[in-house]
Amino acid sequence: MGTYKTSDFRKGLKIQIDGEPYLMIGMDFVKPGKGNAFYKCKMRNLLRNTVLSRTYKGGDSLESADVEEIGVQYLYRQGDSWVFMDEQTYDQFELSKEQVADYWKYLKDGMKCQMMLFNNNPITLTPPNHVELTVEYCEPGAKGDTATNVTKIAKMETGAEFTVPAFINIGNVIKIDTRTGDYVERVST
Amino acid sequence: MSRGVTLASRSDDHLPTASIEHLKARAELLVRLRAFFAQRDFWEVETPLLSADSVVDLHIEPICVSRSGQADSWLQTSPEFGMKRLVSAGAEAIFQVAKCFRDGESGPLHNLEFTMVEWYRAGDDYQTGMRLLADLASSLLSIDRQEFVTYDEAFQSVLGIDAHSADVDELTEVAMARGLSVDRGFSQSRDDWLDLLLSQCVQPTLSADCATILYDYPVSQAALAKIRAGEAPRAERFELFVSGVELANGYHELVDADELRRRNDATNRLRREQGKRALPSDSRLLAAMESGLPGCCGCALGFDRLAMLALGATSIDNVIAFPASRA
Repeated sequence: MGTYKTSDFRKGLKIQIDGEPYLMIGMDFVKPGKGNAFYKCKMRNLLRNTVLSRTYKGGDSLESADVEEIGVQYLYRQGDSWVFMDEQTYDQFELSKEQVADYWKYLKDGMKCQMMLFNNNPITLTPPNHVELTVEYCEPGAKGDTATNVTKIAKMETGAEFTVPAFINIGNVIKIDTRTGDYVERVST
Repeated sequence: MSRGVTLASRSDDHLPTASIEHLKARAELLVRLRAFFAQRDFWEVETPLLSADSVVDLHIEPICVSRSGQADSWLQTSPEFGMKRLVSAGAEAIFQVAKCFRDGESGPLHNLEFTMVEWYRAGDDYQTGMRLLADLASSLLSIDRQEFVTYDEAFQSVLGIDAHSADVDELTEVAMARGLSVDRGFSQSRDDWLDLLLSQCVQPTLSADCATILYDYPVSQAALAKIRAGEAPRAERFELFVSGVELANGYHELVDADELRRRNDATNRLRREQGKRALPSDSRLLAAMESGLPGCCGCALGFDRLAMLALGATSIDNVIAFPASRA
């Protein structure tokens, strides 16, 4: 594991503090003419998504974090864990319920996602911005009603429920934005 | 997408980061600056940018230039040595507009290479030196109000502490109480804590429409200023702040060669302890001081920052044609 000197500090640096990985998201250089330099850093904790502000002085250093982002494919669910495969190495990774968070709602067999690894262990999962899911059950849609402001709840093939327009029917394929959980459009009937 | 951004910014690299309007205004400011000195019978000098000597500072890194078959030389971090050699040789009132280089300094107020205005006048006492600096700020930035505040008064009024006697523990507590984002173990150096509190708590309280001269620095921060002995010794050093920005640093100059030698040695000891290269302790300035440097005041002002304030710019890149990233 390497270290970064203050002269290396810049946005985008991945470092670890107290054993947890951080991404440097801001760095201000402050220096009194004759005095020591200060590096005012803002760092996002990649496990908890919290932001830490810390000021370091010239000559300090931070440990680098072994963080990499890989492309994975979702394979299957096994009880409370979700299994993914590294697209390059075919290594398999299991994610817990906490790590997958709400993203289980979008996971279909074979779906490609991004995964962040810290010391070769998965820490976060990012599904594609938009996914297409088949409606498994909903109340029948009123014929001819194409208004999108009348909504109802529909259950998808993944078991998750989303708010959809009233005209959606069982068997329709719809597009959902994974960043907001919002219905985007009907893809096919 | 990220590739597109990289290509776009690379193709802009040949353009100045400052607008042509700003660069013209900067040139006009330089004309007014030269007139300010001419009106007071200062004459302009030039001293070497590349020198066998270097100012010995703990926290300023000169750039070393190595040429085959030659001893290492240094790009100046300020024109101080050459100008004091001239004062010692009989130049009574001189100024210079010179490029200076400080390694590792980069940010909204810093560029690796920057323009320093430096001046010396033989016979000036401490008060005269401070007044000249305040007048320069008033004249070039059109500021009527001037304030002269001691380092001690500033720390007392903003933080309620005695900056000259507070130890590391007390300074740590004050920084914590003010919610500064540092660990308790931030530094074992009193001066690091003082600098942090000055830059983060005191400087932001200095108002925009006022030229503030902070003076009587702690003796540990004397640099090349004379130390006024007595029950409460103080470094006769002063700085100019406008809108919270550090603009200039001046000294009632140290003229004692033996004292300078002692300070250089002490600073080099600290540099080695911190894993930094020792800088040349001996210099032609020492020889000049031994032959006699008259009592004088000297002052150095960051011209790029002066231009920033004059133009209301928020980054030094807005007043420099080609900063280090495009040099």
